[in-house]
Amino acid sequence: MKAWPKIADIAEKVQKGELKAVDLVRQSLKAIENNKEYNAIISTVEKRAIERATEIDKRVAGGEKVGKLAGVPFIAKDNFLTFGGKTTAASNILRPFETPYQAAAIEKLEAQDAICIAKANLDAFAHGSSTENSDWFTTKNPRDKTRVPGGSSGGSATSVILGIAPFALGTDTGGSIRLPASFCGAVGFKPTYGLVSRSGVVAMASSTDVIGPLAGNVEDAALVLDVMAGRDALDSTTIERDKNPYTKLDEKIKDKKIGVVKEYMGEGLEPGVRSSMEQAITKLKEAGAIVEEVSLPSLPLALAVYYIVCPAEVSSNLGRYDGQRYGHSAKEAKSLDESYEMSREQGFGAEAKRRIMIGTHVLSSGYYDAYYKKAQTVRTKIINEFAEAFNEYDFLVGPVAPETAFKIGERSSDPLKMYLSDIMTVAVNMAGVPAISVPASESEELPVGLQIIAPQRADRELLAIAKGFEDLK
Amino acid sequence: MSKLSRDDVLKLARLSRLKLTEEEIEKYRTELSSILEYVQMLNAVDVAGLEPTYQVTGLKNVTRDDEIKPYQAKPDDLLKNAPAVYEKQFKVRRVL
Repeated sequence: MKAWPKIADIAEKVQKGELKAVDLVRQSLKAIENNKEYNAIISTVEKRAIERATEIDKRVAGGEKVGKLAGVPFIAKDNFLTFGGKTTAASNILRPFETPYQAAAIEKLEAQDAICIAKANLDAFAHGSSTENSDWFTTKNPRDKTRVPGGSSGGSATSVILGIAPFALGTDTGGSIRLPASFCGAVGFKPTYGLVSRSGVVAMASSTDVIGPLAGNVEDAALVLDVMAGRDALDSTTIERDKNPYTKLDEKIKDKKIGVVKEYMGEGLEPGVRSSMEQAITKLKEAGAIVEEVSLPSLPLALAVYYIVCPAEVSSNLGRYDGQRYGHSAKEAKSLDESYEMSREQGFGAEAKRRIMIGTHVLSSGYYDAYYKKAQTVRTKIINEFAEAFNEYDFLVGPVAPETAFKIGERSSDPLKMYLSDIMTVAVNMAGVPAISVPASESEELPVGLQIIAPQRADRELLAIAKGFEDLK
Repeated sequence: MSKLSRDDVLKLARLSRLKLTEEEIEKYRTELSSILEYVQMLNAVDVAGLEPTYQVTGLKNVTRDDEIKPYQAKPDDLLKNAPAVYEKQFKVRRVL
């Protein structure tokens, strides 16, 4: 890994004219070229990136003020709409899609003069935990090419570790930022639901989808969040941002009450992950935290809740891909109805079809109460348990996943087995609370992420504690 | 309730506007059944006195004035991805 300097330092050098944005863009493009075998990137937006960099350098030369991310290259997961190329969500149905407008998060980053370089691979429509569901190719884990990078933001995490860019954007609906961060050794931050506008991001499950950064360190992730966070009229689910900047990371680990989630430390945890967690807990204690075991007995139910709620929302959100307005359209269809059926049959991969049909089933009359309503009621139970735990503790901790990165192909034939990869991440999404994956120690030379969870809207405090943990190494 | 028949799968495919191949019908019958079986664990959960949650941050009825505002994309930009356009409208196959 060729590590980039801290984002704030890169931007400062560009602002002072000591570094040229154009050179940073070229460095990033070269890293993409040199790492092609990892399949992290679907497409580049090279022309636009060079144009924007040239314009930023010109402004610096002319003595004009430039933004706080001046010249900083980044990678966007390919479910973010970005100018300068196609946005496919790694799906065949969006393969021809030319982007007519740009995501609000990208607009905010560009307003601070960050530069989008390329689009990262993902499981098609973000449906998956390994990037093996991509309709393009499987991304390889940057630490071991025979293994998956985790998913669905696998291309984003891989890009950060390979040194393609100092940060990448991901989306997290059931663990899609945290899992690849853990499997690849990056920092991955999932904000409180609604903290970052999702306008211009391909929707998956709207009641849990969030946008967040993947980066090489917590400070960088905090800076990127700070630029993106806050209310946006184009996404009515957005919430107010913290009154302090998210870069104000002054909370200390000392005297914080931290609960270790008992249900995440049970059987099924790989021994290496367990010892990594034990080491992390020891470090937190040594830093002065009060660490105790806490039980949230309904958490193991979260995956079942998720695999009702998520497909239900997916079936609704993917209804728009009908072959009539954009995306793949079956030319040979003879009637409107045939055009819908054939376009969708040809354009959707197996996982999208699975989720659309499960979602359609659990929402259909006669099954709605038994599945969907029941799941949303168990969701309340999970939310209440988090609330109770946060009455007692400032933060909760546990592993991101029970294991390290698994082998490519190991789970792809069994969808349910793949779903189980998310068993320790989905509860957070069901409750809308923020969580981070921060590298702990390693297990047999593979990264292990420590998951730290905070109450809703305590994103800044969470980042501060994660930084405190990072500094303990 | 969790075991799907071939007819169930065909009905779901039809409702979802997916034209499945023969192999897909059997594949999804097995896979969807096993997923539905997994989620059966929720049947045993006692939720007496609890209401379902659909929105987690407590926002309700976020409204705005009904005003036209300029946006990044112009109508022509939005039409350029369409498979068929007729006089600035999406052209589809006949409905009736």
